[in-house]
Amino acid sequence: MLRLFLASLALLLSCVTASAEEGAIQPLLQEHREVIAKSSRKTIGPAIDAIANSSLPQAQTMLETWAAKSMWMRKSDGRFFVGEKADSKNYRLIDFDTGEVVGTFPKKELKQLKPNSGVRALIGTALVQFQLLDEDRAKRQAALTSIQRDPEAALLTPLRASIEQEPDAGLKAQKQRLERLLTIGYDADPAARIAAIEEMSGDLGVDVRATLNPLVATTRDVTPGAVPEGVNVAANLTPGEEGFSEAEAYDLLVTKGFAPARVTPDEVRLALAENIEGGTVGGVPVAQLDKDDARVRAYAALAEAGTVSPLVNPADIQAALAAHAFFETYAEPIVEVTTAAQDALDNIALKVGVNQTLDLTLDALSLASIYFLAAIGLAITFGVMGVINMAHGEFIMMGAYTGYVVQQIIPDHTVSIIVAIPLAFAVTFAAGVAMERLVIRWLYARPLETLLATFGISIALQQLAKNIFGTQARPLTAPGWLDGAWVLNDVVSISYIRIAIFILALIFLGVFLFIMKRTRLGLETRAVTQNPAMAASMGINPGRVNMLTFGLGSGIAGIAGVAIGLFAKVTSELGSDYIVQSFMTVVVGGVGNIWGTLAGATMIGFLQKGIEWLNPSNTLAAQTYMIVFIIIFIQFRPRGIIALKGRAAGD
Amino acid sequence: MQRSFIAKNPSVLIFLACLALFTLIVTVLSEGLGLGMISTSFIKTLGKTLCLCLIAVAMDLIWGFTGILSLGHFAFFGLGGYMIGMWLMYERTRLIVVESLSQAEIPPTSSEVVDAIGNQIFGVVGASEFPLIWAFADSLFLQLLLVVLVPGLLALVFGWLAFRSRVTGVYLSILTQAMTLALALYLFQNDSGLRGNNGLSGLQNLPGVEASQDVVSLWFLWASALALGLGYLLAAWVVSGKFGSVIRGIRDNEARVRFLGYSVETYKLMIFTLTACIAAIAGALYYPQAGIINPAEIAPIASIYLAVWVAIGGRGRLYGAVIGAAFVSLLSTWFTGGQAPDIPLGFYTIKWVDWWLVLLGLSFVAVTLFAPKGMGGLVDLWTQARAPNRHGADLGPDDSALREQEASK
Amino acid sequence: MSTLLEVSGVSVTFDGFRAINNLSFQIGEAELRAVIGPNGAGKTTFMDIVTGKTKPDEGRVIWGEKSVSLLKMSEAKIAQAGIGRKFQKPTVFEDQTVQENLLMALKKPRGWLSVLSYRAKPEDLDKVAELAKEIGLIDELTRKSGELSHGQKQWLEIGMLLAQEPRLLLVDEPAAGMTPQEREHTTDLLLEAAKTRAVVVVEHDMEFVRRLNCKVTVLHEGSVLAEGSLDHVTSNQEVIDVYLGR
Repeated sequence: MLRLFLASLALLLSCVTASAEEGAIQPLLQEHREVIAKSSRKTIGPAIDAIANSSLPQAQTMLETWAAKSMWMRKSDGRFFVGEKADSKNYRLIDFDTGEVVGTFPKKELKQLKPNSGVRALIGTALVQFQLLDEDRAKRQAALTSIQRDPEAALLTPLRASIEQEPDAGLKAQKQRLERLLTIGYDADPAARIAAIEEMSGDLGVDVRATLNPLVATTRDVTPGAVPEGVNVAANLTPGEEGFSEAEAYDLLVTKGFAPARVTPDEVRLALAENIEGGTVGGVPVAQLDKDDARVRAYAALAEAGTVSPLVNPADIQAALAAHAFFETYAEPIVEVTTAAQDALDNIALKVGVNQTLDLTLDALSLASIYFLAAIGLAITFGVMGVINMAHGEFIMMGAYTGYVVQQIIPDHTVSIIVAIPLAFAVTFAAGVAMERLVIRWLYARPLETLLATFGISIALQQLAKNIFGTQARPLTAPGWLDGAWVLNDVVSISYIRIAIFILALIFLGVFLFIMKRTRLGLETRAVTQNPAMAASMGINPGRVNMLTFGLGSGIAGIAGVAIGLFAKVTSELGSDYIVQSFMTVVVGGVGNIWGTLAGATMIGFLQKGIEWLNPSNTLAAQTYMIVFIIIFIQFRPRGIIALKGRAAGD
Repeated sequence: MQRSFIAKNPSVLIFLACLALFTLIVTVLSEGLGLGMISTSFIKTLGKTLCLCLIAVAMDLIWGFTGILSLGHFAFFGLGGYMIGMWLMYERTRLIVVESLSQAEIPPTSSEVVDAIGNQIFGVVGASEFPLIWAFADSLFLQLLLVVLVPGLLALVFGWLAFRSRVTGVYLSILTQAMTLALALYLFQNDSGLRGNNGLSGLQNLPGVEASQDVVSLWFLWASALALGLGYLLAAWVVSGKFGSVIRGIRDNEARVRFLGYSVETYKLMIFTLTACIAAIAGALYYPQAGIINPAEIAPIASIYLAVWVAIGGRGRLYGAVIGAAFVSLLSTWFTGGQAPDIPLGFYTIKWVDWWLVLLGLSFVAVTLFAPKGMGGLVDLWTQARAPNRHGADLGPDDSALREQEASK
Repeated sequence: MSTLLEVSGVSVTFDGFRAINNLSFQIGEAELRAVIGPNGAGKTTFMDIVTGKTKPDEGRVIWGEKSVSLLKMSEAKIAQAGIGRKFQKPTVFEDQTVQENLLMALKKPRGWLSVLSYRAKPEDLDKVAELAKEIGLIDELTRKSGELSHGQKQWLEIGMLLAQEPRLLLVDEPAAGMTPQEREHTTDLLLEAAKTRAVVVVEHDMEFVRRLNCKVTVLHEGSVLAEGSLDHVTSNQEVIDVYLGR
């Protein structure tokens, strides 16, 4: 109804007529004074339409003023003005038509108009036609956004009209796209709609799907006998078949008034309770009514007596179902349009699927690089040295807190990150060296003891962090140039931080390989790992090598901490969130091999994203299944993906 | 060699006597029956501590004697608690529901009662249907059976998978930790059927029992003491015979045991399952005293604390585990309960609520480094039963399992 | 003489290194055999294969009258079938007494249930005492085996092997680190054992091998180089070149 009204008014608008008397808006406002003064979303429609379509130049200003809550009504005569605050008690009133100050009045003689959000939305829609042609680009953009949010048939004509005169190329493209979408939804000519649908059928935009989906939305319907002609039937339904149970079918019959409602057990109970007479209901003693069959008997007796409506038995239901035809109809009556929309949606779904796979792959890669970052330090301490360090997670945490502290001192985010990375390395390197010298080196022969002792350190460090920084999360803000995301299309996007972490992981891999294969320390580390006694006799100091290697592993954990802190919250539990996954990564990948760690991180990352994709609502379940999978995986490859073979692997 | 079991193991008798004496004294001093010098809440703490001692005995069996550092036994403990909690919660809700429905004019049918219970229990997670795992929740007997069966079966399956693939040492520890984490994460879900992170609550109320908490807490103390006594006896009996020789052999040199013709995997599996069952029983007694169980209780950290208790108490001797668990958990309660006096340093005041964990962590490192025998080592000094010098490598109970093999890497 | 153990065409490769190369070996019941060879000849790997610790890439290992393949059996099953092994380094359970060590090794059901309910009977204790006497440790029964001397530990391990009552004994360098008197005792033990069962001794010490006075197999680069009496193999030019000559 409203739409029709608007459409006719829009037509009126196109042929310019001076319908308003003497070009003043005040009479129009007075005409609708009551609804304006007591504005409600339900009643305000005609008033706004009348103003918007008055083709008065003041209309736009008036509507804007109203929406901005700057319109006041003079109580004495009910006229509307722009109100400006003169002083604390008085307001200056300005006439809409003349733009002149009418005078200053005390506040109590005036009434400010405060349209609620529903009314403001309607005003917004009405303003769109003005704004589309506004000189200010921002206003035109706002108008487009408003149309996108709330498309209406009435907006199609003004939108089309505004495309030609649009000077800005970007906005013009937006307007054209929006015009296509509105055409699909609201054009009167089916052929134009189908053409628009086909034009947009390869588009990945969410807006296209949002436009197409309502077209193919279906509702279930039922009719006695055959399906009537002239209905756009999506599918014929048979009760009891997939997705359409007999109960649902019968409920549909009941809602449509074709069959009597079933009497639910609750209703039975209530009916029985209402009809207790002298300790019995329908001849059945109340005490016996704790059994279903006794209740049925009692209810049947009541129904016989006509006190209650009879139960619907299964045979009745079957008969009723057989006597009716069930079908699904499209809300859109034109068959060609729904077919085209359905085809377009299928086409889009395929493309979306491909792109979602791509997006998922990117997500998985990003997660894998995070796991790799968290695990690479462990790959050195655990994988190369065979030292199990449960405090590894706390080194990651220390790195993140170092980043936080640096940001407190250096406000510039870019500089602070550049300072924080080497500083985090230094801090955790020192912590690692201290720990190796004080604790771990006494326990080299006893791995389980190392596990426990480092766990003790982990508890202490975690609590220490809590004591110093408190329990709430601390922010570690990424520099501005890392904000935002690399958007490929509406489906595929990846944030710059994740790309940065991916690159960082690659750099770490390179650094690790370089140190292990090309430097003296790497050579000595490998020598000490393989045969400490022999290495010692060759003049290598195993103590020094172990210390440095352990420090290196810890230092890398610190840098990883800065990186992880950029996208996760920095809390004292930051490390323990990653420790099990990190160990899993190293163990699954194969101990003692950096490529194994890489493979492990990749596998765990992809696996977790894959499981999350299968069950997106539940990341907890995803982690559970992933760990179960890993436990089973270790059955088949106890030494990890890339295993050392032969005697070197030992027992 | 033909002396009786008790005669060969005098420490068992001493332990049982101490336990009985302790229970008696606490009973006499309690509010429920005796002098009222010990508050009911402290009785509960003591009862819970006894349960923790029991799981520590299980941990000592698996770690101190068999050399498997399991970081998963608190999962079995928690599962035991969940199993008994299901019955407690179901039965108590049933009584309330029946009570309220009996006011209705029409007597309720059994399915109406069940629906109402379901609504009560699962309302917090937005469900009302009973999941399949609650199938036996109405039967105390079956649910008690499940206390042992469910954790036992989990241990059996997990152990079979892990031991079969010869996962040992730290790898096994990490794997057990992963299992615990997986279980905890699973239980955190709302649709796990066990009320997600709300857990099961109101477990301190025994359905159908009119007695006050003062008395009920004593019952649980006695039950916990009895369970600890029996568990200790069982553990002592298991380790005293040839089975004990074999598992200690597995701890010290797994390969050698294998070449003697013992199926190491089977033995590990059996001891793993047995200790899981003991842990589950301990949990089933613990949580009715705690009153609430939720998935956070199962988090891997709890199992690691368990290892800490046993290590501080002294591995490879059962009383060591008991002493460690009792000492550390009571001390922990004291410190974190805010009873310990703060230490003002002028510029900073040490609040033990904040610093206790730091102290525990560091003292744990110190124990590992300087007193690997734990507090049990003090008993050695006292009895003068110090081990004479050995010529070979020290493969005694104070070393971890498989030392030679892992060390030779 | 019937064959107790037959190893034929066995090869095993570690990371491209062929530790055992098409090795064939036979031993009959009640036979004493010495296996010698330079380091890396595959002596220990050979034992690993027979006892099931290492699975070969190819070849067959056949055991006993019923000719069962040992390749599919676990270490414990192989040990139960009657193959005992003594490691190079004495490996006894140091935390346990000599008696406990021997009791554990005694031939009894190995299942966990029967072990759990097992309590030593007088005849078992007599048997242990008898064994202890044989290995000269009767006075040390209640001592922790960790307190024993190196040689005593070696004997204890041999005693444990005998307690297992195996049909085949694999002994890796039993005389290493022993005094001359201890060696003599060890030789006696092995000769005595070989009267009723097959014994394979891996040894470096030629003097010790000579005293065993038995058939000798020389391994080199994972396969058999020569076999026969000690005099026969020591006069073999190839053996001299690869082993003795160095």
